[in-house]
Amino acid sequence: MLEDKDRIFQNLYNDFGADLKSAKQRGDWKDTKEICGKGREWIINEIKTSELRGRGGAGFPTGLKWSFAPKEVGSRPHYLVINADESEPGTCKDRDILRFEPHKLIEGCLIASYAVNAHKCYIYIRGEYFNEGQKLQTAIDEAYKDGLLGKNSAGTDWELDIYIHYGAGAYICGEETALLESIEGKKGQPRLKPPFPALIGLYGCPTIINNVETISVVPTILRRGGKWFSSLGRPKNTGSKIYCISGNVNNPCNVEEEMGIPLKELIEKHAGGVIGGWDNLKAVIPGGSSMPLLPKETCETIKMDFDACVENKTGLGTAGIVVINKDQDIIKCMARIARFYKHESCGQCTPCREGSGWMWRMLERMAKGEATRDEVDMLLDVTKQIEGHTICAFGEGSSWPVQGLIRNFKEEIIERNKFDPIVKKQKDIPYLVDQHLLEKENA
Amino acid sequence: MAVKKISKIQPEKFEFSKKNKETADSIIKNYPSGKQQSAVMSLLYLAQKQNDNWIPLSAMKYIAKYLDMPYIKVYEVATFYSMYNLTPVGKYFFQVCTTTPCMLRGAYNLVDVCKRKISEEENRLSEDGKTSWLEVECLGACVNAPMLQLNEDYYEDLDATKLEQIIDKISNDEVPQPGSYRGRLSSEPENTRKTLIGNKNA
Repeated sequence: MLEDKDRIFQNLYNDFGADLKSAKQRGDWKDTKEICGKGREWIINEIKTSELRGRGGAGFPTGLKWSFAPKEVGSRPHYLVINADESEPGTCKDRDILRFEPHKLIEGCLIASYAVNAHKCYIYIRGEYFNEGQKLQTAIDEAYKDGLLGKNSAGTDWELDIYIHYGAGAYICGEETALLESIEGKKGQPRLKPPFPALIGLYGCPTIINNVETISVVPTILRRGGKWFSSLGRPKNTGSKIYCISGNVNNPCNVEEEMGIPLKELIEKHAGGVIGGWDNLKAVIPGGSSMPLLPKETCETIKMDFDACVENKTGLGTAGIVVINKDQDIIKCMARIARFYKHESCGQCTPCREGSGWMWRMLERMAKGEATRDEVDMLLDVTKQIEGHTICAFGEGSSWPVQGLIRNFKEEIIERNKFDPIVKKQKDIPYLVDQHLLEKENA
Repeated sequence: MAVKKISKIQPEKFEFSKKNKETADSIIKNYPSGKQQSAVMSLLYLAQKQNDNWIPLSAMKYIAKYLDMPYIKVYEVATFYSMYNLTPVGKYFFQVCTTTPCMLRGAYNLVDVCKRKISEEENRLSEDGKTSWLEVECLGACVNAPMLQLNEDYYEDLDATKLEQIIDKISNDEVPQPGSYRGRLSSEPENTRKTLIGNKNA
């Protein structure tokens, strides 16, 4: 277990208050000038040494990402964009950083902007987090007043302005290129990559986009050294991470823990155990709704980091752990997630726009036991048609949870849906999507 | 689910108030010159606040002129994002999160209360015309589930009885205290905190 002194977010539970004075007492803004004085190369190398991986879901190495920014500023200015569009079901870590540790984020913005040569930084906050955004704005105003932002920020000779941009309730704007479109005042529909934003991003200029948590841990890493950070966790999966544990547990909570902590320890120790005891556990979604769920047997042993999750055919994602116990109907839970994706698809690519609706409707019927036996395989086929055939990763995000359900609970679905297609004919279900089943010869 | 239908009754004219004009101009300054289109989302939000929590077509036209961009582009943005209300909603607008983490902790009990105490259907005004409700997707407070958003504030750790009390207060034009309804101040585990103990006692 991580020791308290090694926790980066000391004010995660707001014991001290989020204002500048108490932030400084916790060590924020201490020798920011000296850190920047060591130069861009040093900062980027130190982040590379720390092996920090992006905390927004994809887990891309942060130091590597920063090094993609052009070394010299050409005719186009550079931008830093912070992704605070936290909408993944099960995840609420960035909210607490915005509320309680805003100065860690602002200081991180300054250091990151310096490292990638940006003079302007936009923080994209989801529209629903209006109050959290106001708290961050208060912190930004405090920083300006104290000379920590603006011309010669914190005595570093670096000019930086931070602006908040509010979203308006679109999950897809958490995808980095959709987020840029949204800042430009358009519909949030993702762009094709390449070109990658590091070369052609916001307003066609080089742009580095990072998650709130990634940027907020940067100042502490640089202060305590990349070696310290990489000594936590295991190689390639280093440092600490805020885990959000929600769903059927006795004490849902956010907690900062070392990477690679066993899932069982997180649930039993920090979240007070599964409601009805560990044996009442049905499944766990380990990394926000877009990651495939884990059956109970895997939950016993799995360690929560990027690579261990991939080995178990899932992903760490944003570390939003959703615990589902046996009192719940697992098919209904997944149908609700499918409905979420149907609602949030931006509509740009046909497989995702149409397929997400298919999956939702099929799962709803499967939950009610109205589907036919061979539809389970058809559902799997639909997910395969979506996955990999879309511009952004939303296609994977919407089909993986369904694949996870079928992989682990196929028997349960089939047991509930025993109908032959011929029986359906008499039931006359008005879904166009299944009409071809009725026309099958053997039906 | 958010309805993306344009209201049949539309006011003829819309103009920002003096204060909102100032706010709008300062928002436009946040973006590089010539990129004023970036401000469209914030301006739509201002318009929505000024016009009793919904955006009429005249406001979209006004904003298009204000930002020197085609009207259709503003329309596109207003219809794409779910937080813009294109039809009138109640002065007190309940948005109940029912995505899986909230659902697991009984969000549909809250929906039942809304159906009973506000209106049978989503997006329909209550009898006194002050409140309406909507089922929305994840609001990002999963650890404090089930929860809902009332205008701009989050009401967390709810159950059916507590929501009934909130709605009763609202019908007397009394806005109850936002935040957790089980006395939590943040997302810490209730009663069994194992981390940052020293800070708690500090």
